[in-house]
Parts: sequence; structure tokens; C-alpha cells
Amino acid sequence: MARYKTYVMAQSLEEAYTLNQKKSSVIVAGNMWLRMCGLNRQTAIDLSALGLSGIEETNDAFVIGAMTTLRELETDAALHAAFGGAFADALVPIVGTQFRHGATVGGSIYSRFGFSDVSALLLALDAEVILHRRGAVPLRAFQQEAWDRDIITHIRVRKGQRAAAKSVRLSGTDFPVLVCAAAQEGGALRLVVGARPARAVVAADGVSPWADEAEFARIAGSVPLGSNMRASEAYRRKIAPVLLRRAAAACLEGTRDDH
Amino acid sequence: MTIEFTLNGRRVSAQVDADDSLYHMLRSLGISSVKCGCETTNCGLCTVHMDGKAVLSCSVPAPRCAGHEIVTLEGVLDQAKALGDCLADEGAEQCGFCAPGLMMNVLALAKENPRATDAQIDAYLAGNLCRCSGYMSQRRAIRRYLDGLCGEVRA
Repeated sequence: MARYKTYVMAQSLEEAYTLNQKKSSVIVAGNMWLRMCGLNRQTAIDLSALGLSGIEETNDAFVIGAMTTLRELETDAALHAAFGGAFADALVPIVGTQFRHGATVGGSIYSRFGFSDVSALLLALDAEVILHRRGAVPLRAFQQEAWDRDIITHIRVRKGQRAAAKSVRLSGTDFPVLVCAAAQEGGALRLVVGARPARAVVAADGVSPWADEAEFARIAGSVPLGSNMRASEAYRRKIAPVLLRRAAAACLEGTRDDH
Repeated sequence: MTIEFTLNGRRVSAQVDADDSLYHMLRSLGISSVKCGCETTNCGLCTVHMDGKAVLSCSVPAPRCAGHEIVTLEGVLDQAKALGDCLADEGAEQCGFCAPGLMMNVLALAKENPRATDAQIDAYLAGNLCRCSGYMSQRRAIRRYLDGLCGEVRA
């Protein structure tokens, strides 16, 4: 379990940022995974009093506060309408309702968990991460960076996309063996593979909605996969093209006739 | 540090360490309904309501509770009685260890979606594990409880 000497309820982002520059500090978001990491830190910095919860809809995007819970993403009516229920489909398999009332989108994205269902969907949607100091960074780039000591304040997701995510799990509420997500924007598909078991990556961009099975197999084959206690690389190789195709089909459902 | 919060409708203060969880704080305050099962956010035994939402008390930092409203089973005994009767009538508990967490989550479901379908019940309660494997009888009891709340009788 994590051990802290002091617990600071930050009153401003600048205070949180300043405190977080020390290696002996750690940001506490949902505290779902962090508490189990066996950390021993001087200072825990709590962001929950900074007004970073909530989903704001603008003309062209959704701006999601970093402390917004996964349950809020799952049940938000505007997100549901804009992305065809993709958030609910992707997030409901994560443990249980109580867990999703605690886990935050900022914590999920900052940690770059290999097992994350959240990052796979947001990568497919080409989301941007808004950092306190660095400003907006494409999630695609952020996902590959090393952990630094900046603070995520918001996640920005453009409207005008459809998306879907599919996963395979050994049992209902377990970590995924593999996650595949797809988003359609401007007539083309963006495909993402997560729980490889390494960090999720964009497998292909600009894929035709009419891609055939051979194309999905080629795309899946281009993604580095590995083995862990949940599945072997060989098993992931087998299911990756199928999950990618299913995610793409779910994403395109109802829109193929438009092309 | 000392924090103040509302526990089951009463204003209380508690002395907590920086790395204490809500679960540990509640137990230290004599709240015995809250159980620790997995302590890895999976089993749902430690479920309580924080500002009206079901949360896992093992994962909520105790210092974060300052100024918030916490409700445990001890604070909702009247509502829980009807649910407890349904669980008993359906033989839906064996050891009973998971019951307090289950009941707190069912009460949250009842508030949020009293007309939940069986599939919605299953999805909502996916994070409440029962090592005695009483899931079918639990669902029957919850169905009966929700139907009773809605004044419906099902064959």
C-alpha cells in the first residue's frame, strides 16, 4: 500500500504543480491503482478541490476535466449522443460501478497503463491532453512519452466522430487481454490496439471504411504484441484482426450507407 | 491531521494519517458494517456512499473526506430492512460477509434506476463479489425489492 507523510489538498494548480516538482511528491487522482503501487512518498497532492471535474461541451469539442470519473464519462448524455455510446461500451467492463465512481480519466491517461480501456478509446478519437505547463499535446504523442511532473488538467475530444471499442477478457471484470478501438472521422477510420500488453498505440490511420479482412489482418500484423500472465503473444495475434474488424464494424454501424 | 465530515447524518471529526483510507477511518470510528475483502478495489465489500454515490472506501483517501457526506449501512437501516427481508426470503446470503457492501450498492441502484432490468442489475452489481456464489438468488431478491419499490408485482 502507498505510504505518505503529508496529504495536501491543493488550493490551486500552481500550488499542486510546485509541490509536484519534488520527486518525493505524488499526485492523487482516483487513487485506485496508485494505492496499490507500494509507493513511499513524502507528500500526496490531492487535486479534487480544483474544479477539474465535469464535461464541458463547446461548438466543436468536449473538454473533460482530468478529475472527471469514468462513471461520469459513461453516463454523460451529451457524450453518449455525440459518439454513439462508445464511452459506455468501452468503460462499463471496467471492474464495477463503485470503481468507476472513483477512477478518473486524468489518472488513467497520465499513468499510460498498458491495460487501459480508456486510453485506447481516446487514442482512437485522437484526443488532446491539456497540461498545466505545456498546454495541449496530442494524446498520441503523450502516450509514448516518459512520465514527467506536469499535471493533466483536461482532455479535449473533437466532435464529428463516431467510435467503438471492443475487448476480450478472461472474466467479466478482469483487465482486458486485448482492446481494439476504432473511430471514423472524415470518411476514414483510425484504429487502435491496446492491452498489447504494452501501452496502446494507433495501429493505422486513414483506413478505408471498406477495408476487407486481409487489410485488418495486415494492420493487426503490423502492431507489436507481447505475452503476459493473461495471454500469449500468439493468442493476441489470433484475436487482434477479429477485434479490429469488429470495432470498425461497430463504429461504422449506421453510417456505411452514407458513403 | 483532524478532519470533519458528515457520517450518517451527524457531523463528526476524526484524526487521520495522510495515507489512511476511508475504510480504516470508518472502522476506527466503530462502523462495523464496512468490511475489508480484497483491498484491491475488486470485491465491493467496503462499499459506502460518498455524497450519494457508491464508492469503494478502501480506495478513498481519508483526508479527502473532509467536508463530505459519508453514509454507511448503519445510516440507512430503515431502507435496508426491506432489502434485507428480500435477501432473507430468497435465501440470498450464506456467510453474509458481502451483504453490507451489496446492500449499499443496491440502494444506490434503487435511487438511480429503480426500474432496472435484470441485465442492468447485473451490470450495476458487477463489482460486488460473493464467494458463496449466491448471485442468482441475490438477483431474485433485488428484483423483488425493486419491484416492491415500484409497486409492481411480477409473476
